[in-house]
Amino acid sequence: MTRMTYREAMRAALRKALRDDPRVFLMGEDVGRYGGAFAVSLGLLGEFGPERIRDTPLSESAFVGAGIGAALGGMHPIVEIMTINFSMLALDQILNNAAALRHMSGGQLRVPMVVRVATGAGRQLAAQHSHSLEGWYAHIPGIRVLAPATVADAYGMLLAALREPDPVFIFEHATLYPLEGEVEEQAPLPDINRAAIVRAGGDATLITYGGSLGKTLAAGNQLAREGLEAEVIDLRSLRPLDTETVVESVRKTHRAVVVDEAWRTGSFSAEVSAQIMENAFDDLDAPVARVCSAEVPMPYARHLEEAALPKVEEIVVAARELVPRHG
Amino acid sequence: MSTRPLAENLPVTSEHAWFLLREMLRIRRFEEKAAEMYSLGKIHGFLHLYIGEEATGVGSMQTFTPEDSIVTTYREHGHALARGMPARELMAEMFGKVTGCSRGHGGSMHFFDVRRRFFGGYAIVGGGMPIAVGLALADRMQNRPAITACYFGDGAVAEGEFHESLNLAALWKLPIVFLCENNQYAMGTALARHQAQTDISRKAAAYGLDSNAVDGMDVVAAEAAAREAAAFVRSGKGPFLLELRTYRFRAHSMADPDLYRTKEEIAEWRKRDPVVLFENRLREWGILTDEKLAALEAEVEAEIADAVRFAEESPREPVEDLLKDVCGPVPS
Amino acid sequence: MAEFVMPQLGADMTAGKLLGWRKKVGEKVSRGDIIADVETDKADIEVEVFVTGVIEQLLVQPGQKVPVGTPMAVIREEGKPVAPVAARPLPSVPVGPAVPPVARAPVIPIRAPAAPSERLRVSPAARKLAEDLGIDPATVTGTGPGGRITMEDVQRAARPAAPVAAPEAELDRQTRMRQAIAAAMARSKREIPHYYLSTTIDMSRALAWLTQENLKRSIEDRLVYGVLLLKAAALALRQVPELNSLWIEGQAVRRSDIHIGVAISLRGGGLVAPALHHTDRQTLGELMNNFRDLVQRARAGSLRSSELSDPTITVTSLGEQGVEAVFGIIYPPQVALVGFGKIVERPWSKGGKIVSRPVITATLSGDHRVTDGHRGGLYLAAVDRLMQEPDKL
Repeated sequence: MTRMTYREAMRAALRKALRDDPRVFLMGEDVGRYGGAFAVSLGLLGEFGPERIRDTPLSESAFVGAGIGAALGGMHPIVEIMTINFSMLALDQILNNAAALRHMSGGQLRVPMVVRVATGAGRQLAAQHSHSLEGWYAHIPGIRVLAPATVADAYGMLLAALREPDPVFIFEHATLYPLEGEVEEQAPLPDINRAAIVRAGGDATLITYGGSLGKTLAAGNQLAREGLEAEVIDLRSLRPLDTETVVESVRKTHRAVVVDEAWRTGSFSAEVSAQIMENAFDDLDAPVARVCSAEVPMPYARHLEEAALPKVEEIVVAARELVPRHG
Repeated sequence: MSTRPLAENLPVTSEHAWFLLREMLRIRRFEEKAAEMYSLGKIHGFLHLYIGEEATGVGSMQTFTPEDSIVTTYREHGHALARGMPARELMAEMFGKVTGCSRGHGGSMHFFDVRRRFFGGYAIVGGGMPIAVGLALADRMQNRPAITACYFGDGAVAEGEFHESLNLAALWKLPIVFLCENNQYAMGTALARHQAQTDISRKAAAYGLDSNAVDGMDVVAAEAAAREAAAFVRSGKGPFLLELRTYRFRAHSMADPDLYRTKEEIAEWRKRDPVVLFENRLREWGILTDEKLAALEAEVEAEIADAVRFAEESPREPVEDLLKDVCGPVPS
Repeated sequence: MAEFVMPQLGADMTAGKLLGWRKKVGEKVSRGDIIADVETDKADIEVEVFVTGVIEQLLVQPGQKVPVGTPMAVIREEGKPVAPVAARPLPSVPVGPAVPPVARAPVIPIRAPAAPSERLRVSPAARKLAEDLGIDPATVTGTGPGGRITMEDVQRAARPAAPVAAPEAELDRQTRMRQAIAAAMARSKREIPHYYLSTTIDMSRALAWLTQENLKRSIEDRLVYGVLLLKAAALALRQVPELNSLWIEGQAVRRSDIHIGVAISLRGGGLVAPALHHTDRQTLGELMNNFRDLVQRARAGSLRSSELSDPTITVTSLGEQGVEAVFGIIYPPQVALVGFGKIVERPWSKGGKIVSRPVITATLSGDHRVTDGHRGGLYLAAVDRLMQEPDKL
């Protein structure tokens, strides 16, 4: 067991992958000489050289497409897109090629490519640098969408993703990079199909993913002080969604709150809510509540950004309102 | 202009000449049959015919080996046939049958054949170019001597992906031949109306790439130019851009009323029908006679008829299999 | 012989209009020749022929629009070295063979709960309705998916008798309504042993109070005497609560909430008696507004089903029609009906003297299985007393 940051865990996983399999290589903007925009790949260029740690021009479409082509040609590329905001430039390659090639070719082609993308808000980077669009990606059949929220998952999910025959997108919330936690390097690979119950409770189920896990757990602690025991679920995988774990929990608690940093309308929380309704309708004592970002392009000023993002207090209130009043 | 003149009587064995003619004729008749099948409602969706461009596909394809990778566009029937994909599989694919090369999942625009390293078939203009770059990258990184052929049209030259791909391939000196089949029109928009610089081969210079332009209606010239380009790339000097100037005699697709070209222009280009031109050359060289041509036509017709019959009689993929091969473990 | 058919010339084309023939009968055509001009939605297209031969017959005339696949000409083919497969033309229906049913995306298999759930499967709307009607959902049989109890199941449990026509009835509502009323009334008379009581109430105090009260109110807020009667009828039920019962499965089930159904006649005939919920708890002003709203919605046909199934007793007032006394038929499963006639000036004996007073005849129709004349009489007396202290209503 080693204690390290989320960033260090991701780096350790990259290192292990590069060492174990010569087909693996990392490609993206500033991953080499700069050391990575978020310092995840710091030092890797020196250890593995420029063939395996490739700096690309600012050509998201070309280098994501090249990742697809390289995967078709027998490599296992890890493509790093600096942030989810820039991934928009590669959506054509992702949607029309990466996700579609296997089925479109009648099963002949495989695209074993991992794409790592930083995401989320909270650092006053304003409207063009603060998106949470994991839900858009989770909409697309043909790819997997993962959101590691813990240090252990930052390590294990990358390694598990590299075993997949299909494209896997790993969304790393930018505020998580300095998070500290334990990594068991010899542990078996995590199951990337499953959600995790990170806090058990019987009164309400709080469901979230990625950067919102911390807030949701904090809300759980606050609710406990009020005598309300919340069960907190870290979804871990958005596509496929582990509906079973979520439904089992709601069957037990009868109340659910989904916490999602995306804008509320058409967000992934709507999908979770619909699935709960479809599968646990008779177990619900109240409608599924959602805590999401305000419908506004993320503003720069700190107080405005905080107001726009989901808050611990909002999660607490949402959960409280689901529970019938006593007396 | 950077067109390099080629010798008029380039040495080509009569066997090879016969082969080239046969390949072009197969494509021509296949495309005509596809048009007929479409108008009868056997083929649906979009159908983009290669009629008039046979020489570019057939000529250039000669230089690529089975280990090389091919990426092309939605106007791909000619490339697929020239690459050796059976006419049956292509016709069945367009009929939407499970015996099609893509099990009926792709249709006319999305042919795939992993054994023949035919990697599609892309409907997004320019969308296949980054993938071709990636295939070349994979060859490089695995020290394979193979190269990648990336076919695209003049329309793609306007897309950002063209520029990004050329730049990236040039930067990393990747083993890729970029082949621009310039048929003068991006759907309904003439080249001069969408390119400030209409000499496509010149654009290579912006990325430090070597390039050439060739008459795409001359199958021998097209082959020679492609061999030269491929040799350059195989020698490790980096990518090459080859512009093949050609023309499509039919509209962009079956739905296109062709309002943006004049009949006179089409007629003018038809005087240089690549199949007819080559037939004439073979007659001049004494290789072709009327009887031989008739026999060849009959053979080709039989092959096409067989393809249609095969497609008609083939079953469709069971609907229960709809969700297979989307994501998940490889079905054994 | 080969047929030349109207070709498919684009993904969404279903029919084309022949603009003109380029060839004549008897003329030779070669494969690839343009044989006709066809107009589609998008453009005029030159159409080619796919066989070589001689035109035998032209089947479609210029100006005709035909579906894709329709034979347009017959061509006698020359002897060919290899007979190509003659592609069969389409039947003359738009292109698009019947799409086989698409396999539905498999629902994510969720494990059924390990132990049979303690929880009853009741839809939220049904649960609320059951609560309103005072029905225990556990006693209701569910007919929804998985045995879930639906609103309909609860309604069925609450109203075993044929209900008065609900506003959901669509075509020929009037006839269906009449039929429903007819059935209900006949059944009521058959099954319920009715008894009838009447009393005359001095309305002078109530009317005087009303006049004073209305001076304080704006025109929109003015009260009519009818709401005083409704309130009195409701409050009196608190004193004789067994009249506020429902007859369910052979016994009277007393209701704690008082929801008076007010009989409203509909234009074109027909009658509904929707509930004024918690009549006893509403202020006169509230009763006035709600009553007006009920009338409007009743006439517009937009009553809620709960309003029709909720009344615990019905009040019918026929004063407007000039009737002095109403002896009505009880609406099952209710056990009583209160009737009011018109206000008339009558001689009234007060302290031995004869004066003229505005009076109204109040009647009670009672289900003798539930109450007797004694209890019924107490009720009417209560109504009378309440009307003498209108300020307390």
